[in-house]
Amino acid sequence: MYDFELARPTTLAEALEMLAEEGSDPLSGGQTLIPSLRARLAMPERLVSLMHIDELKGIEQRGDALHVKGGTTHAQLVHGAYDIFPGLASLAGRIGDPAVRTRGTIGGSVANNDPAACYPAAALATGATIHTSQREVAADDFFLGLFETALEEGEIVTGVTFPIPQASAYEKFIQPASHFALAAVFVARFDTRVGVAVTGASEDGAFRWKEAEAALTEDFSVAALEGLSLPEQGLIADVHGGADYRARMAGVMLRRAVAALA
Amino acid sequence: MPDVTLSVNGQDVTQQVEGRTLLVDMLRRGLGLTGTHVGCDTSQCGACMVLVDGAPVKACSILALEAEGTEVTTIEGIAAPDGTLSTVQQAFQDYHGLQCGFCTPGMVVSTTALLSENPKPSEAEIRHWLEGNFCRCTGYHNIVRAVQAASGQEPAGTKAVEAN
Ligand SMILES: Cc1cc2nc3c(=O)[nH]c(=O)nc-3n(C[C@H](O)[C@H](O)[C@H](O)COP(=O)(O)OP(=O)(O)OC[C@H]3O[C@@H](n4cnc5c(N)ncnc54)[C@H](O)[C@@H]3O)c2cc1C
Ligand code: FES
Ligand code: FES
Repeated sequence: MYDFELARPTTLAEALEMLAEEGSDPLSGGQTLIPSLRARLAMPERLVSLMHIDELKGIEQRGDALHVKGGTTHAQLVHGAYDIFPGLASLAGRIGDPAVRTRGTIGGSVANNDPAACYPAAALATGATIHTSQREVAADDFFLGLFETALEEGEIVTGVTFPIPQASAYEKFIQPASHFALAAVFVARFDTRVGVAVTGASEDGAFRWKEAEAALTEDFSVAALEGLSLPEQGLIADVHGGADYRARMAGVMLRRAVAALA
Repeated sequence: MPDVTLSVNGQDVTQQVEGRTLLVDMLRRGLGLTGTHVGCDTSQCGACMVLVDGAPVKACSILALEAEGTEVTTIEGIAAPDGTLSTVQQAFQDYHGLQCGFCTPGMVVSTTALLSENPKPSEAEIRHWLEGNFCRCTGYHNIVRAVQAASGQEPAGTKAVEAN
């Protein structure tokens, strides 16, 4: 691991000032960044830790939505969202393992946009808003592909606002060596619409499965999904499974989620 | 080099570290606490598990400086000062929850965290919790039995390997 300086600001303003300087990158829970530093995949001159900033932590209900601040850990979300948005709490409780959940944050996860990350699926399915240090971006416009987001240099994720569905379920088929999803589906059922998003399966990261949304909005049942399957085009094929396998598993996860809610 | 001050197994320590120094390296090299193992480069195996303010953390995935002001417990801090094993450690011994022992410090630390949060976990909860601790020897079965015993529950399956 190359050496770097670590800064530990306690206010957002201070952190942003530091991040505006050349060679500085944010560090949150480090559950993605520290392993990549160990593999010498990154060479920052300075890391600016966001873990000591109180204004970046916490969960609150805002009307029909749940606002989760960027520095909130997965473990805090498991407890904090349990009564308000149980589907999201359940998703958070299945990210990685307990130690990953102690340290890892929603801001780091959303900013990283790993193609198998869990939160992007919930954000896309619910129509969440990503709050950054500069603006608010709809989830649909935020996730731009493999490890790509709308974030600009020096801009950080300060929170995510999720509209709270009537009911939701996350079915995750894990790749047992990494505990990331090989294919996972988040289904969010609202009064007048249904959101469905898939993660782990596509080379472009999490995406909305619009055909499934349309079918389920019309008729929320497993039967309504008869004949529906994910095209293999653009799906990940690797040592853990081919594109056909991922397509198939996404279909199974979708049906399980709907069965759990119907 | 900056200093970091924290509590390790109940004792206040101050160490000089680099920005990049991982907590695990400070514990092993700086303090000689080599019970915390390193089994991978990818933060996946859990051999380096410690408690930071009571919660499980992989010591290879946190910078030493990020642990400033926290209370860290390593495997060396789990047994009583006179060497009496903790309930969890004793159960791992009694139920043969280890073979080579490489993963054991991490397993014991993780289990300690589990039982403080959930004193009577189901078998499914035990297996889910220990997903971040890899064992290449035991097949996990006796580990699960040890955790059941440590939580005062009847270990699953046959009693053939029970302590005599
Ligand atoms: C063994 C293991 C299993 C895992 N399994 C899963 C899983 O099943 N599902 C899942 O979703 N994730 C999984 N993860 C990833 C985990 O959720 C990470 O915590 C998360 O991806 C990154 O969050 P972090 O807070 O640790 O960010 P860091 O690792 O600190 O940072 C990640 C990246 O984002 C940048 N960054 C950090 N915070 C911000 C911010 N607020 N704004 C802008 N940029 C920022 C950093 O500069 C870095 O580039 C796993 C990780 C491990 C080690
Ligand atoms: S050494 Fe820390 S997880 Fe493997
Ligand atoms: S006992 Fe050998 S790795 Fe677990």
